[in-house]
Amino acid sequence: MCILKEMKIVVCIKQVPDTTEIKINPVTGTLIRDGVPSIINPDDKSGLEAALTLKEKHGAHVTVITMGPPQADAVLREAMAMGADDAILLTDRKFAGADTLATSHALAAALSKMEWDLIITGRQAIDGDTAQVGPQIAEHLDIPQVSYVQDIDYNESIFTVKKKTEEGYQVLEAEAPLLVTVLSSANKPRYMSVQGIVNAIDKEVKVSGVADIEAEESKMGLKGSPTKVHKAFSKGVKSAGQQFEVEEEEAVGIIISKLKEKFII
Amino acid sequence: MNFELSKKQQLFRQMIRDFAEKEVKPIAAEVDEKEIFPLENVEKMAKLGIMGIPIPSSYGGPGGDNIMYSIAVEELSRVCGTTGVIVSAHTSLCVAPIYEFGNEEQKSRFLPKLCKGEWIGAFGLTEPNAGTDASAQQTTAIEDGDSYILNGSKIFITNAGYAHVYIILAMTDKSAGVKGITAFIVEKETPGFSIGKKELKLGIRGSSTCELIFENCRVPKENLLGKVGGGFSIAMKTLDGGRIGIAAQALGIAQGALDETVKYTKERKQFGRSISQFQNTQFQMADLQTKTEAARLLVRSAAFKKDSGVSYSADAAMAKLFASETAMEVTTKAVQFHGGYGYTREYPVERMMRDAKITEIYEGTSEVQRMVIAAKMYK
Repeated sequence: MCILKEMKIVVCIKQVPDTTEIKINPVTGTLIRDGVPSIINPDDKSGLEAALTLKEKHGAHVTVITMGPPQADAVLREAMAMGADDAILLTDRKFAGADTLATSHALAAALSKMEWDLIITGRQAIDGDTAQVGPQIAEHLDIPQVSYVQDIDYNESIFTVKKKTEEGYQVLEAEAPLLVTVLSSANKPRYMSVQGIVNAIDKEVKVSGVADIEAEESKMGLKGSPTKVHKAFSKGVKSAGQQFEVEEEEAVGIIISKLKEKFII
Repeated sequence: MNFELSKKQQLFRQMIRDFAEKEVKPIAAEVDEKEIFPLENVEKMAKLGIMGIPIPSSYGGPGGDNIMYSIAVEELSRVCGTTGVIVSAHTSLCVAPIYEFGNEEQKSRFLPKLCKGEWIGAFGLTEPNAGTDASAQQTTAIEDGDSYILNGSKIFITNAGYAHVYIILAMTDKSAGVKGITAFIVEKETPGFSIGKKELKLGIRGSSTCELIFENCRVPKENLLGKVGGGFSIAMKTLDGGRIGIAAQALGIAQGALDETVKYTKERKQFGRSISQFQNTQFQMADLQTKTEAARLLVRSAAFKKDSGVSYSADAAMAKLFASETAMEVTTKAVQFHGGYGYTREYPVERMMRDAKITEIYEGTSEVQRMVIAAKMYK
């Protein structure tokens, strides 16, 4: 007799400042983070939605995991209120200052102690825009990966994945174990439900530190981060420029004369 | 003493605000303009557990509390007064009395479907000659075998036409005065029950407000809510809860108008600068925000008392009185800040001003609230 085991999905999420609400201090040119709400990174939220859709269609156990400060508990509760079954918070001072490599090492270490058929991450985070953590996790765990995923479905132990490319889409098939990085355009994430919120508040979030996931300390946090920020600056404000509403031919002439004026040509 | 929302309530506010911004706000102007009952959004809300927030899971609710419920009505009304009152009338005036006064059979028969939004609820007390004097009921209910036969009419009934379940007050014994009033659960398809004239209103135009007509309407005895003669007490207690909902609606409308006015006064330039920079704007806005915040504390305090199981009748009356009068003041001034633009339908403040007015009238006028508050003081 063939016993179908329940699919296990782990979704990696990140708590990020809502960059649409961030304002720049006009004097110092730095970000004003005060009072800016923290949200689930949009690509990750779509990754969670993809997992919950698979759960509804095929049955699955969905775990969410995040690495962050203790306040990141909030995004895990939100994920559970949307329908995730349980949650893990990787938090430890030793994780602090992690770049993408140290982050992916920490997440991979935690994941290697868990069971999963599918790992989902967002394509990239709106506060860093690197798109590196997902692919790095797959490399550390030595499993296949598909990035820039627009759609994912599952049938008879095969995942069918629609990957967005510059020209269009690739449709790929893969077996578990697999890691995919999902685009925020893949779906419209569901709202939390009232019932989900009530349940999520009482659920336990498993908290793990470096020792719990048996990770190599030298690969964690600032120590494990080869990325060094050379310089941070805010982009200078350009002047409004000149606008000409003219016919094409005349426009060419204007462009050439302007380029000559500035000794570019 | 703790003035902070619990983590659960905060997470819920995040969810309902997100829903209100993305699903309710975009259609609010059209709902008003074309008098559309937003049925699709009601279905979406039902799926998320918003149509029976304080009801425990044993009766099909999500097991939230009354503070969460007041936050829901506030946040929905912040962008659409119509949507706020649909949820409020359904929850406070139909779901709550069945939960609080119904027997086990009634609770398990009606609550799951009401909480899941398969059925919408309504409440019928007001009659052409029984408004503030609600005891002057002319609708009668005469016992006949295993039923009661209802005759008469109700007016200004919110959710009428779209509702499946109606809590109806009727006289079972005219000689007994208020002790002769009994509450019934009347279902839509009951023979002899029909929906009459639909009112055309100043505000909350997407909400359905109609007359209910009972012509030899036979209601089975198992649909009698509470005790024979206990209807007036049920109605008054139900309205106490309803006032938290309407206070929250008024609060939401006030906050919505303030948010719009902050945005507008920052953008609008006159005499070479943004009108938000004028001290007249800032002082008036500060006063309005202070009043709105005071209204919020009254609403939350009344909801907290209801959740704690202590008497909250005067608290709900104070919350409704203050929040509704604040909503009227804030929205009127919001239109003034917007000037000529505020008088047009291009900006939402004129709708908010029209929506605000009803909160001073329904579920007990401001005068009734003052009567309730004073009665507690002089008892």
